[in-house]
Amino acid sequence: MDTANQKKTIALPRNRLYSIIAIAAFVVFAFIADRFFDAFTLRVFNLCAIYIVLALSLNLLNGFTGLFSLGHAGFMAVGAYVSALLTMSPQLKEMNYFLVPIVPWLHNVTLPFLPALIIAGLVSAFVGFLIGAPVLRLRDDYLAIATLGFGEIIRVLITNAQSITNGAQGLKGLPRFSTTFAVWAVAGLTILFMVLLMRSSYGRAMKAVRDDELAAEAMGINVFRVKVTAFTVSSFWAGVGGALLGHMITTIDPKMFTFALTFNILLIVVLGGIGSISGSVISAVVVTILMEALRFLDEPMNLIVFKTEGMPGLRMVVFSILLMVMIIYRQKGLMGNAEFSWDMLGGLFVKKGRKGGDHV
Amino acid sequence: MTLSLLFQHIVNALSLGSLYALIAIGYTMVYGILRLINFAHGDVFMLGAYVAFYMMTLLSLPWWVALLVAIVFTAFFGIGLERVAYRPLRDSPRISIMISAIAASFLLESLAVLIFGGRPKGVPVPDVLSRVIHFGSVSMIVISLIIPLFTFALLAVLLWIVNKTKTGMAMRAVSTDIEAARLMAVDVNKVVSFTFGIGSLLAAFGGIMWSFKYPQLNPLMGVMPGLKCFIAAVIGGIGSISGAVLGGFLLGIIEIMTVAFLPTLSGYRDAFAFILLIVVLLVKPTGLLGKRQAEKV
Repeated sequence: MDTANQKKTIALPRNRLYSIIAIAAFVVFAFIADRFFDAFTLRVFNLCAIYIVLALSLNLLNGFTGLFSLGHAGFMAVGAYVSALLTMSPQLKEMNYFLVPIVPWLHNVTLPFLPALIIAGLVSAFVGFLIGAPVLRLRDDYLAIATLGFGEIIRVLITNAQSITNGAQGLKGLPRFSTTFAVWAVAGLTILFMVLLMRSSYGRAMKAVRDDELAAEAMGINVFRVKVTAFTVSSFWAGVGGALLGHMITTIDPKMFTFALTFNILLIVVLGGIGSISGSVISAVVVTILMEALRFLDEPMNLIVFKTEGMPGLRMVVFSILLMVMIIYRQKGLMGNAEFSWDMLGGLFVKKGRKGGDHV
Repeated sequence: MTLSLLFQHIVNALSLGSLYALIAIGYTMVYGILRLINFAHGDVFMLGAYVAFYMMTLLSLPWWVALLVAIVFTAFFGIGLERVAYRPLRDSPRISIMISAIAASFLLESLAVLIFGGRPKGVPVPDVLSRVIHFGSVSMIVISLIIPLFTFALLAVLLWIVNKTKTGMAMRAVSTDIEAARLMAVDVNKVVSFTFGIGSLLAAFGGIMWSFKYPQLNPLMGVMPGLKCFIAAVIGGIGSISGAVLGGFLLGIIEIMTVAFLPTLSGYRDAFAFILLIVVLLVKPTGLLGKRQAEKV
């Protein structure tokens, strides 16, 4: 015990130093990427940041509070639409709303990006609160199907509210606000927020609810309030992520926010480890890069031995199988519910070294 | 609204309700036994329709042969699906098995895009079924009449199997308590396979009938009906077969009637089911015919 504790106190500043170096190296890398990467690569790089935000917000529910929610795409849609409507210029809105004119109170609103992003998150959080209050009385699979249902309802509402959202035509020409700096700053903020949240008493209450609801209640935790809080906070970040996504793609329409989008995020969370912040971050980066890198699967291939015509769908086949294999053979995902630490990385090498030693 | 138009709406509502009921039964039976939402059920429904389509077009089999072949094939497919995707996870947390079900659903959809192609396909509806018959001023397509008839026939057979045969007794036993059933020498795996087989068979029949009534196929055609029918099963009281049928008909009737009488709301058609679901879950979480289950601690 004693020696272990001592080791920890000595190791701590060194680890903090490592972390600072790693973060600094990443910031430098991001600057280089922003300057020198070609448009496509940079886009993938920034998409990673957005998926980090989204994966963490879903993990807050699925992983840390044990609420299986499948309605994430709906909250993203709310965020994306709110931010788009708040930032588009009146001329741009007129160009978009050629079938049914936009409601007057939205016509002249044009806000800068940051307030729009925050409002998008808040509106999404408010919607999450409204939905969460009734739905969170349900459990497990009922909760999953009810949140999935609300996700669909949000989408149907957006499709039909023509004078506000421009209906099925969607919105085109959103301002390109999702710069490398913006998305990674938000991603960094989300990570920091999650880490601090999980260390706070709120985070511990959430984990307690996840592990045993009855025991948590017996310990004096207001289970329902914890659930609603988690749901609202998760919706906030989902809205922010959706807004960032909208300003990156610059075109949004209701069809974008189907269950398939939630599936992608769920995939990231499960692969990274349900209940691990660092797992979600690593997995978000890996999956996003794979998603883009494997696009070639859908296109015509010319392997010297055989030629294939375009095979749309193959990419998603690969990902579905990946998810299924992962959940069957390694349910913990990449990280389980552990977190990344420098000691762990060190432990990896030490173990390997020892093994080699034993053989001699 | 004239009386004949109303009558037509009723027939439409009944046939849509029957289709919903057919799919909902599969959900309710699987949930009753494994406590699993078989997310891939809607895609099994899609698969049945596609197999029948290819039997009719590629092999130019008569439609009823195609129907039988497709139903049998899909039933075995359902059994295989359970074995690959769900059986390894039977003792895992429910979340895991649900994620596996979601993955299976996406796998089937993307495989369908890959193999069958993403573009919608027109279904050659057999002449016998697409004929229009007239009762006085009411005219309707044969298929809309046949669907409810077949549904009731299948339902009668199913209820007989569940309530009167030994296999049915085993199914009810597993559904009540899987451990106790195992101790009573019930082969749980066999019962689960049988349940998946029956559920998939009914879904395939529903899918083929669906494709005759709305003659277009696409790889995602099972998603919405799948979700709605799960909802129908929940509304009726999940685990209860008659509840699933009741829920299916209720949903079909509400959907068609709302669109018929309040056409301004037709854009919200897909949202009805979900709103109904949430209302039912909040007011009577066990559904209309469901039994109350004590929370196990």
